Amino acid sequence: MTPIRLPGDPRPSPALAAEYGLSAEEYGKVLEVLGREPTYAELGVFSVMWSEHCSYKSSRIHLARLPTTGPRVVQGPGENAGAVDIGDGFCAVFKMESHNHPSFIEPYQGAATGVGGILRDVFTMGARPIASLNSLRFGSPDHPRTRALLRGVVAGIGGYGNCIGVPTVGGEVQFDPSYDGNILVNAFTVGVAKTSQLFFGRAEGVGNAVIYVGARTGRDGIHGATMASAEFDDASERKLPTVQVGDPFMEKLLLEACLEIFAADCLEGVQDMGAAGLTSSSVEMAERAGTGLELDLDAIPRRTRNLSPYEMLLSESQERMLMVAKPGREHEVFERCQRWGLDAAVVGRVTDTGRFVCRATPGHDPLDARPVPRDPQIVVDIPIAELTAAAPRYDRPRRAPTTPPVAAGPAATTAAGGSCADTLLALLGSPNIGSRAWVWRQYDHIVRDGTVVRPGDGDAAVVRVFCEDGDRTLIKLLAMSVDVNGRHVQLEPRNGASMAVAECARNVLCSGAEPLGLTDCLNFGNPEKPEVMWQFAEAVEGIREACLALDVPVVSGNVSFYNETDGRAILPTPTVAVVGQLADPADRLAMAWRAEGDLVAHLGIPGRGGLGGSELLVQRTGQVCGEPVRIDLEAERALGQAMLALARAHVLSSAHDVSEGGLGCCLAECCVASGLGARVTLPGHGDADTEALLFGEEPSRIVVSFPAEHRARVESICAGHDVPCQAIGNVGGHTLAVDGVLEIPVASLTRAHASALDTIVGD
Amino acid sequence: MNIAVVRFPGSNADWDALHAARDVLGADARYVFHLESSLGEADAVIVPGGFSYGDYLRPGAIACFSPIVPALRAFAERGGPILGICNGFQILTELGLLPGALTRNRQLRFECRDVWVRAEGRGPFTPAEGTVLRLPIAHADGRYHCDAQTLAELEDSGRIAFRYCSPAGEVTEDHPVNPNGSAGNVAGVYNERLNVMGMMPHPERSAEEILGNVDGLQIFESLRRHLSGACG
Repeated sequence: MTPIRLPGDPRPSPALAAEYGLSAEEYGKVLEVLGREPTYAELGVFSVMWSEHCSYKSSRIHLARLPTTGPRVVQGPGENAGAVDIGDGFCAVFKMESHNHPSFIEPYQGAATGVGGILRDVFTMGARPIASLNSLRFGSPDHPRTRALLRGVVAGIGGYGNCIGVPTVGGEVQFDPSYDGNILVNAFTVGVAKTSQLFFGRAEGVGNAVIYVGARTGRDGIHGATMASAEFDDASERKLPTVQVGDPFMEKLLLEACLEIFAADCLEGVQDMGAAGLTSSSVEMAERAGTGLELDLDAIPRRTRNLSPYEMLLSESQERMLMVAKPGREHEVFERCQRWGLDAAVVGRVTDTGRFVCRATPGHDPLDARPVPRDPQIVVDIPIAELTAAAPRYDRPRRAPTTPPVAAGPAATTAAGGSCADTLLALLGSPNIGSRAWVWRQYDHIVRDGTVVRPGDGDAAVVRVFCEDGDRTLIKLLAMSVDVNGRHVQLEPRNGASMAVAECARNVLCSGAEPLGLTDCLNFGNPEKPEVMWQFAEAVEGIREACLALDVPVVSGNVSFYNETDGRAILPTPTVAVVGQLADPADRLAMAWRAEGDLVAHLGIPGRGGLGGSELLVQRTGQVCGEPVRIDLEAERALGQAMLALARAHVLSSAHDVSEGGLGCCLAECCVASGLGARVTLPGHGDADTEALLFGEEPSRIVVSFPAEHRARVESICAGHDVPCQAIGNVGGHTLAVDGVLEIPVASLTRAHASALDTIVGD
Repeated sequence: MNIAVVRFPGSNADWDALHAARDVLGADARYVFHLESSLGEADAVIVPGGFSYGDYLRPGAIACFSPIVPALRAFAERGGPILGICNGFQILTELGLLPGALTRNRQLRFECRDVWVRAEGRGPFTPAEGTVLRLPIAHADGRYHCDAQTLAELEDSGRIAFRYCSPAGEVTEDHPVNPNGSAGNVAGVYNERLNVMGMMPHPERSAEEILGNVDGLQIFESLRRHLSGACG
């Protein structure tokens, strides 16, 4: 049936469509699909469903190459979150998502609702969230907006996570001028569910009731998905009304009510209303089930007067869920919502038409004292497949930059003049390397009594989970880390993305856990620019290669394009998070030296003095430059297997991988974490520059310590995996001494490390 | 030993308290939902941490109107031991069961870190006087405030349960020894009858070896000793 045009609605046109992000060609396709002009509400539905954010139209063909299967994969990409098996019938459910644009416009609410959204993605699956991580990127430390953005984002993440009671157990922060006008806020959550009781976003069962649960609908966040699919410019701050406002208490109620509803097994399917709100949740649920869906918009719970169908369909008001009840079991949903003080209403039915149909009574507002009598008319009628499977999909042109960004910078290493000790103190005290305690102390990282390795203590956070199975309670230990260094990706996208996966898996291994699966959040510039599209495709290939080599399948993910301001793109930032599992609590490891006299050893191929993309070069030259340091994925795989064997053999006292700031900063961090010193000899090639050996960021290296009596075991395990293991010194004393190079009191290292963010946050 | 853990809709350390009481201490512990009007048969009550009803107005302010509150007051009046942790402490001061108020931290930020406290007052939840415990805090509104006269009375009557101190037990006002700017470094106080105690640090999150800290267990062990003495 042809939907009616509501009085007061703007008349759709190619110009209006362009304003909402649809190209002339895409609008032409809308006209062709419908065989008529869309209504204003329908134009809204097409514009959000075909937005880059919802349709993945530029990325889909590339993402299809990622390895997504494996013996431990329970749910791969395509659902609200991915899941991996953690044994005894339980699974870990996790995903990561970006909230970059909203966080730049309104840092507190943008970051808070980013956390809220990812939490819902996880508990929608039937999992109780047990921990969160985040990956943050800000502009230059001295950029005038950095301070307020950092403060706002951290407070927002804390404000939401602390209230709902999910510990924020780790993350990473990097500062680089490329993010001056476009910060990144990537939020990750992992939960645990019984595999047999996972829930999916499927509108099954023709005739079943569609139930709206949670916060009432307002005008906040309309067209958020479209905003996330466009570049920024000076006018972006006028987009403030597209930023949503979070209510973590409401989300807590929603979480507890949902878990009770799931336990009652009265649902066919459920999905949260995230980006593109009611529209995307309805359309995606029907699509997955191969059904249709009809909504009665008069029944939508609302907090604002005179909402139009367009506004109801596109609102991104937070803390809302859409459920499809099993036949006759709606009351079980309502009872539990009432217990938790939540609004719930039947707002539609599942149909067999394959169409998304919405009805509304023109001028009807249930909040009126005397509403216009109901006489619902069709205002939207669209074939669901046209919004999803048949959505535009592009193989956008790609072009490698004509001048690869590897041009060696000015003679950086020799020009400095200062001593290696001065350099180490400067690096350790710099915002990109020093302590993040100012950040994670604002997060409740211990709520739920499970945080076994806390932020700052290890390469990965380790969380204990209680899995209740009837009368039995099983205890599982999960490790998790989030990583990427956009500088290495900038220099050579494929290699840099592989390095991100490898580092993340290595961090999990250094905590004593076996990596089980990965989620990604790919932050790039404008995909319509061939150089950006090339970076993206290369980075996806790099992730693919590393995941295959390291046996870590991708189970969920997210793409964020258009991270540009005034035509300037961010560093390509394919953030990855890996979840692993510890076989035994005694396997867990942290970075702190444990005992005086322990041997210190370097695992992996010693550095060759490559400084490409390193923090040192950036500090010296002000640019991301140098010959890229390259990863050997076979060597990385062997190193990981040796690391896991060492952890499980209980022969190590500590483990810490070499990353930003190189071996020098790695050793210093082990000292700072423990308060103990060490004396070592610098491993590596005799003819390489000492400074480059100390601060180069070549991958696939781990520093471990262990009691002398375990030396033979450690060496034989490494030899068994063909991994070089070189004893380089001992733990002890009050200084970090590198023979013939430097000697610094641990107290000085600690002071430098602790003050890293002071210049930005001011206290 | 039967312990009731009151569960407001925004409680989030309810599990932590239940786990510590039931799985670590070995008590019969259970939740009591805020919509109930009775605590059931309970030897002691824990009011756990969290954000009771969102706490957008003021921590614990709305909790005063909760259906379970009359039962909580009656339990206190009968002399039953009540432990309020973090938001539980805030709620007990809002209810007037404990003196003073908890205001925004001096740093104006949420703060989660290990601190040290020294046991002072004598009551069902405090270990031997002078015992120094390492315990974690996780709050934005933990700065204890009361007028000078009240503070003097609390000191004179031995009702200051814990004060923030250095690892060596010295009570100094500087951050982070006093992590939130609390008056008199007060980390926990008793009511006049010494059966209700509130504290900002989390003993229930530091009572197990695997968490790297068992100091918090001493508070629960004190309760066990108190109850077995009272019962036997």
